[in-house]
Amino acid sequence: MKELTVISGKGGTGKTSVTASIASLAEKRVVIDADVDAANLFLTLEHNLIETEQFQGGYKAEINPELCIGCKECFKRCQFDAIFEEITENIIPKLSKQKDEQIRDNRISPKFAIDPIACEGCGVCVHFCPTGAISFERQICGEKYISITANGPMVHARLGIAEENSGLLVSQLRQRAREMAKEQKIPLIITDGPPGIGCPVIASISNADALLIVTEPALSAIHDMKRVIKLGRQMNAAIYVCINKADLNKEISENIKEFCFDNNIKFAGEIPFDRAVVESMKMGKALVTYSDGAASKAVKEVWENVRLFMGDTMERVF
Amino acid sequence: MIVTVASGKGGTGKTTVAVNLAVTAAEAIRATQLVIAPENPENFVELIDCDVEEPNAHLFVKPQNVVKQEISTMVPAVDMALCTLCEECEKICRFSAITMIAKKIMIFPEMCHSCKGCSMVCPTGAIKESSRVLGSLLTGQSSHGFNLTWGELRVGEAMSPPLIKQVKKTITCRSGRGNSISEDINNKLSIVDAPPGTSCPAVTTLRSSDFALLVAEETPFGLNDLALTVEALKKLGVPMGIVINRADSEQKGIIDDYAEKENIEIMQRVPFSREAAKICSKGLLLVNELPEMKQCFKELYLKIVSRITQNAKESKYKKTFTKTATSSSDNSIVGRS
Repeated sequence: MKELTVISGKGGTGKTSVTASIASLAEKRVVIDADVDAANLFLTLEHNLIETEQFQGGYKAEINPELCIGCKECFKRCQFDAIFEEITENIIPKLSKQKDEQIRDNRISPKFAIDPIACEGCGVCVHFCPTGAISFERQICGEKYISITANGPMVHARLGIAEENSGLLVSQLRQRAREMAKEQKIPLIITDGPPGIGCPVIASISNADALLIVTEPALSAIHDMKRVIKLGRQMNAAIYVCINKADLNKEISENIKEFCFDNNIKFAGEIPFDRAVVESMKMGKALVTYSDGAASKAVKEVWENVRLFMGDTMERVF
Repeated sequence: MIVTVASGKGGTGKTTVAVNLAVTAAEAIRATQLVIAPENPENFVELIDCDVEEPNAHLFVKPQNVVKQEISTMVPAVDMALCTLCEECEKICRFSAITMIAKKIMIFPEMCHSCKGCSMVCPTGAIKESSRVLGSLLTGQSSHGFNLTWGELRVGEAMSPPLIKQVKKTITCRSGRGNSISEDINNKLSIVDAPPGTSCPAVTTLRSSDFALLVAEETPFGLNDLALTVEALKKLGVPMGIVINRADSEQKGIIDDYAEKENIEIMQRVPFSREAAKICSKGLLLVNELPEMKQCFKELYLKIVSRITQNAKESKYKKTFTKTATSSSDNSIVGRS
């Protein structure tokens, strides 16, 4: 089984459009949408949802105002500025009448509360609270899905709004995809990666055999591509580059090709700017199934090259 | 006043909007064509690039006199001479960053979230502070009369929020929202370039912003990710407006329908042109190269100012944008503390 991850560094270069097309060209594969906090692949690949599962992310601490004695232990220890003094007015409705009177008589004050968005889930406050006022529950942070598409299963997810643990979610999706590939004897896993170089990207490319970097002819995209190449090399993956919207600046496209040549990076091809890309997206279809135009032809060529390169990787790795 | 430029989807043009807006704002202030006339026009605007994984604003701004500073986070180191192998540190660590293997305490620095729980529970004080490099904090001056500050995550480092927090600490103007700060909300304009997505890096950046400017493109992907960001901003309680980038025409499209339904103002449409794409690809500024873009961003800037003024009037804070902006320079010092 081989694993190919499509990444870019810079966002919006066309990772998802390219992934949807190569996922439609590969005869049998599992495809993963690892851009879990802005997932788009399901919009452009016709699919049937067959399985939904909850995603359990990290823990969150919550203070029970009934038990809080205002000792500041948690406040002093939190490294994430997640604990704040709550104005008594705000918590009075939550309290019993007796406690309400105590506050009014100034017998207890002030109260503390935790901002769930700032809470890192480290549990330090829970450990040190002398009255056991802090609860610590594992949170449901999103949903994991399995869908059926024309050429094999699609593993995708939806991370809850403003939730964390995207790296953990990506690792779980990839684990599930590997299991399915093994069960169904599918030889290839294609992953649509997130932008950037942070935790979900590292989770998307760790142990991948090869990376296809989709870049565009712009100085910012080159800058970001170089950083993601450096990351890919640290993780020992074979690296291929293709240029999307290559004709928007031919001079820079030439520079990218030269850079790849100089740095011994396999160049998979150039895709021209083509309105059919956005049109296919609007129709909810992969470019190669919707159009037979210039961009569609170019993507097919990129896939042929990547397949050839992957053959090499196979021999090298196994 | 902190205006954060954001979008769920990557590559919609956040950085393009942020840099061109910063140049426009700095110029408008210098020309004092506006109601706002701060004491310190040179320091009125600042640009903060919080997309630390892939920072790009500096490629357009081309700052001078750049100062670079390494940013680290605390990770534990164990003094085995003091360690009694009680395993308390392993028990409190939620991130599997410290564990006992074969009568030795092993530390995995890249898993550590720097909560310091291990050193707090250690009964013998065997846990010392070591550090892990997160990346760099850089700052420089633009020839257009504002400072640019940005973070650069070390390649291989997984956690960007701690570095984003450090970058945000340099913002000299304080937010009027959140916490208890209300006095000095309006005497500066900090434009923040946010990372894509709706997860921790984007949320860390958007927290305590006064206004979010969402850059959207008129595609199904663009709409889907815009809606996710809008939901996140609602949760954070940040007011927002939309800029449609690479707009195909003046005609209303899917983003307009969505904005109308959600009651969010469309603040500007930046038209698509191959010429504009080429200018951006070379790292040049649209407002310097194309007169129609200069006009476009000036209109956007004015709309943001009037919107913020309105927000400030509507909010419980007594001072309005114009008032504090023209008031004494004391306020601008307050923001630095």
